[in-house]
Amino acid sequence: MIQIKNLQKNFGRKHVLTGVDLTIKDGEVTTIIGGSGTGKSTLIKCIIRLIEPNDGQILVDGKDITHIKSALELAQLRRNFGYLFQEGALFDSLSVGENVTFGLKYLTDTPKNKYAAIAKDMLALVGLKDIEKLRPSELSGGMKKRVALARVLATGPKVILYDEPTSGLDPIMSEIIDELILDLKKKLGVTSVVITHDMKSAFEISDAMVMLHEGKVKLAAPREEFKKSKNPYVKQFIEGSSQGPIKMTITK
Amino acid sequence: MFKELGRFLIAFFNQLGQASGMVRSAAVWLFKGPVEVRQTMLQTTRVGVDSVAVATLTSLFTGMVLALQAGVTMRDILSEPLYIGTIVGFSLVRELGPVLTAFVIAGRAGAAGTAEIGTMKVTEQIDALHTLGTDPIRYLVIPRIAAFVIAIPVLTLFANVSGMFGGYLVSVHSLGVSSFVYIDDIKTFIKVGDLMHGFIKSIIFAFMIAVVCCYKGLNTRGGAEGVGKATTAAVVISMVLILVMDYFLTAILQAVGI
Repeated sequence: MIQIKNLQKNFGRKHVLTGVDLTIKDGEVTTIIGGSGTGKSTLIKCIIRLIEPNDGQILVDGKDITHIKSALELAQLRRNFGYLFQEGALFDSLSVGENVTFGLKYLTDTPKNKYAAIAKDMLALVGLKDIEKLRPSELSGGMKKRVALARVLATGPKVILYDEPTSGLDPIMSEIIDELILDLKKKLGVTSVVITHDMKSAFEISDAMVMLHEGKVKLAAPREEFKKSKNPYVKQFIEGSSQGPIKMTITK
Repeated sequence: MFKELGRFLIAFFNQLGQASGMVRSAAVWLFKGPVEVRQTMLQTTRVGVDSVAVATLTSLFTGMVLALQAGVTMRDILSEPLYIGTIVGFSLVRELGPVLTAFVIAGRAGAAGTAEIGTMKVTEQIDALHTLGTDPIRYLVIPRIAAFVIAIPVLTLFANVSGMFGGYLVSVHSLGVSSFVYIDDIKTFIKVGDLMHGFIKSIIFAFMIAVVCCYKGLNTRGGAEGVGKATTAAVVISMVLILVMDYFLTAILQAVGI
């Protein structure tokens, strides 16, 4: 279980997270929604300690991880986590196969002779084959994302943090990724935290949903309850309406 | 104006502190974990093998022009081109070899290193390294420092030889110095200490270039434009530092008798 208490993060004078309280249950899919710039990515980057919060606590199985300093403890924390980056963040200098198996060397004790087979299996899991030798620059945007997901899956994390896993994918591929997230939950009990703007996908995969607005949680609730919520912020976001309490303007 | 100066000094010492922090982490990682052998070899090849041609060519012509200038000057003053080998050899081994090689490598491999690490930074690949259980210091910085420190002194040696050969060509074929005299001038006056002088300099320059370029790369911000700025800054800072440090190193090394 991941418990987040009063989490705050500033970048200079910009307050991105202004006191987030949230509980993410084991084995569930929790989706985080909210407008651009409301701190969704910052929040999940704090969970895996890519960003150090200014204040507050993040308890992973009861242990506060916000003050971990040593590289060893950080490595132990990250052993249990996987992170899917928005643009994939594949290593340009390595082949697809090397990308997929990259984490095995650092996070697991897998012998090297098994790497090729694992790369093949993981790529098959995301619907790709025979591309191990290609370079990331030779792949389309959607393929990059799927290879990045294969790289996350290769190390067998217990918790996967997805930063917009279906953005830039065609509807069919989005559906496949959604099914994969649910499959991982059912078969392996993987906990997923998914940032998404795709409401259809959010309602399909979520056990719990969270709405973030101006660095705070507006509503965190089980899916059905969230769907029926009368909260004007949530309602406006779900309906995708430009009228309501969330003010977004096009700056000229 | 004082405000500007203050801001500059704060930024300068801030960056110096951060760069020192990076070197400290590199030292810690070096003792803690296995070195990335494959990465180190790859980088050494990129910095070293791929730069042999440009380093030796630069030095060849430097040696040639040194011989030409020295020959003409000597002929004007002493009516004979004396000690050309010594002048070319000394200038190259103690000064121009290490400095020019460091310049060439800073412009070539240093810039490439900053651009690569900077691009990795702005495309979240550095974050990805963290999430996959390694550290950019271990995976990117240490192999590069090692590559620069291994490759630059070796390249400097090549540059020295090539420069002296350039001087030889001009002396023998254009100034009419006999090949025996040119070689003897070098052998008689240039001592192991002079080679050490250049060697120590080149190691320190190499370390400096690697640290500046990695630091600038890891602290890149703001997309493609940021990568461009970081790369330019890395090369300019490296070159200025090489020249500034060259003076102080020469002073220190001479004071201790090397």
